[in-house]
Amino acid sequence: MIRVLIGKPGLDGHDKGAKTVAMALKNAGMEVIYTGRRQSVDQILNAAIQEGVDIIGLSILSGVHIEVTEELITRMKEKGIEEIPVVVGGVIPKKDILSLKEMGVKEVFPIGSTFEEIVKGIEKIVKQQKG
Amino acid sequence: MNFTDEIRKEKERWEKAMLSKNPADPVKTISGLEARVVYTPSDLEDYDYLRDLGFPGEFPFTRGVYPTMYRGNLWSMRQYAGFADAEESNRRFKYLLEQGQTGLSVAFDLPTQMGFDSDNPMVQADVGRVGVAVDTLRDMEILFDSIPLDKITTSFTINATAAIILAMYLAVADKQGVPMEKVGGTLQNEILKEYIARGTFIFPPRPSLRLVVDIIDFCKDRVPRMNTINFSGYHVREAGSNAIQEAAYCLSSAITYVEEALKRGIDIDDFAPRIAFHLIVGLDFFEEIAKIRATRRLWAKIAKERFKAKNPRSMMLRLFCGSSAREATLREPLNNIIRATIDMMGIVFAGAQSASILSYDEAYTIPTEESALISLRTQQIIGYETGITNVVDPLGGSYYLESLTNRMEKEIRALIDEIDEAGGMLRCIEAGKVQMDVLKNAYEIEKRKQSGEIVIVGVNKFIDEQKQDEEIVLTQIDPNIARKQIERLHRVKAERNNESVKGALEVLKEKAMGEENLVPFILDAVKEYAAVGEICDTMREVFGEHQESVVL
Repeated sequence: MIRVLIGKPGLDGHDKGAKTVAMALKNAGMEVIYTGRRQSVDQILNAAIQEGVDIIGLSILSGVHIEVTEELITRMKEKGIEEIPVVVGGVIPKKDILSLKEMGVKEVFPIGSTFEEIVKGIEKIVKQQKG
Repeated sequence: MNFTDEIRKEKERWEKAMLSKNPADPVKTISGLEARVVYTPSDLEDYDYLRDLGFPGEFPFTRGVYPTMYRGNLWSMRQYAGFADAEESNRRFKYLLEQGQTGLSVAFDLPTQMGFDSDNPMVQADVGRVGVAVDTLRDMEILFDSIPLDKITTSFTINATAAIILAMYLAVADKQGVPMEKVGGTLQNEILKEYIARGTFIFPPRPSLRLVVDIIDFCKDRVPRMNTINFSGYHVREAGSNAIQEAAYCLSSAITYVEEALKRGIDIDDFAPRIAFHLIVGLDFFEEIAKIRATRRLWAKIAKERFKAKNPRSMMLRLFCGSSAREATLREPLNNIIRATIDMMGIVFAGAQSASILSYDEAYTIPTEESALISLRTQQIIGYETGITNVVDPLGGSYYLESLTNRMEKEIRALIDEIDEAGGMLRCIEAGKVQMDVLKNAYEIEKRKQSGEIVIVGVNKFIDEQKQDEEIVLTQIDPNIARKQIERLHRVKAERNNESVKGALEVLKEKAMGEENLVPFILDAVKEYAAVGEICDTMREVFGEHQESVVL
């Protein structure tokens, strides 16, 4: 069973997307841990380590996706867990998708992505990761 | 045979003769209420004009809270604005006022809303991002520089830190020579919906409720022109509820606040005339208008019958209305201008007192000056060019609208009763029940959108592939904003009397442990230039912080 951590970093409280996606992943048979709102990058990573998840999904709507993702990837390297794949969803302008992928983000699911796309995308990434 | 019987008989004939030959697929409103093909007087059987509608400005206020509505004054046009720092936002405020906006509506950044100072390392990325950063009184002085606070009223979207922002606003007015009793405006100050939806809570619900009532109590005599709370359904709807839940949760929260105030010994008629509601009007035109009319009627009955209000002003649902943000699209964003126009027409037909509509780029980020101006112009065109403001409640009497208003009232009331039976809104929030019900609805709506059952033009129907890569000009926030804001904060901290700040915070802490009204002590601290985060940290020590229980 795929274990997913959905993280909601920063102060932004809009978590309808995070929660409905979590529900969709759960209905697709995955085990989903949602951190709740207002989490620091370290809190999200500690939860990921503790829960031994296969993938981390970040939900960001307040425009801080570049800064926060950069911080997360850096901290993952410091903690030696950079092999856990990261995906990002939320309000992500097209021009930033490439920047996120260059940082090492495996997939970006901007608003408008369907539950099906997200489920399939996550399944594919985790499968590749596990080789 | 009386009139209605004759119509009913004729309707049966028509259904057999015409409808059976032209069958129509069943249709529901966005909240799931069935819509018939046509409505007639036979759909309004237990309808009593004088009881259910009456006249504008009179109980039950279905048709509007003022006798002449927009013939007297148009609604107040307040576009939600604020970004970066106080200087930038002050410039935008003045621009909007020069362009004919009639009041201000301030957006604060998230650190200000959640009680963190800009120099807190946790919040750097959020400083000045979705609203203006305010740390100390100095920022508020700059924010309202050359804006006369005895003439302009300001609406503040502020909740957990509402008492601090109120205190700062009063302190700025004082410096302008405007006494408290002349200061007018609105505080959102509606903490319960932060736990359900919006998320800018700091303390646990119970001490938060105390602060809400402290503000109501403080303002009722000293700042009589301040609307002290905006009961908000808007954010719960945006978080995924349907229209019935939006209105019912809003009214059930209102009941909770009123009960808290009554427990404090405040008379309903001493504060209810200064409360307002904040609801949404989205694209499901008739359902939204019916919802507003039904909620207006319900509030009038709740205030009068449940809380025994005597003053008709206590029974009036004064409405600040917003357009729908969740229905705005990223793709083909200019279409959002049309969506906001339709919402705005609904807002006017619903009889709001104040409105703010979404700008076309807000699915991405906060609006540019250009897109904010289009929103203001949309309001002005509807207000000054269309003539739909000439007659009060011009859709009133429509068989469909009246039938839908009655149906909405029934559904909303049933949900309020359910919450009452479950121990009230606070308990339902603490148990996570409300959050779960909202999430379930959000999930269903999202599935209906993805399946194409709910049509979104340009997104899931009539898709122009060439437009998918379109880029639009967006507001760019100066990346140095946090650094600039921190510099200002540190300058203030260096210049202020730190001993006096410490003293004021110590008094505040001591009073927070007791039961006295905290607003005067917050005002003292603010006047010494204590920062938002410092004041909140003081209260955190006493009240603790709310830990969200995650509902999935």
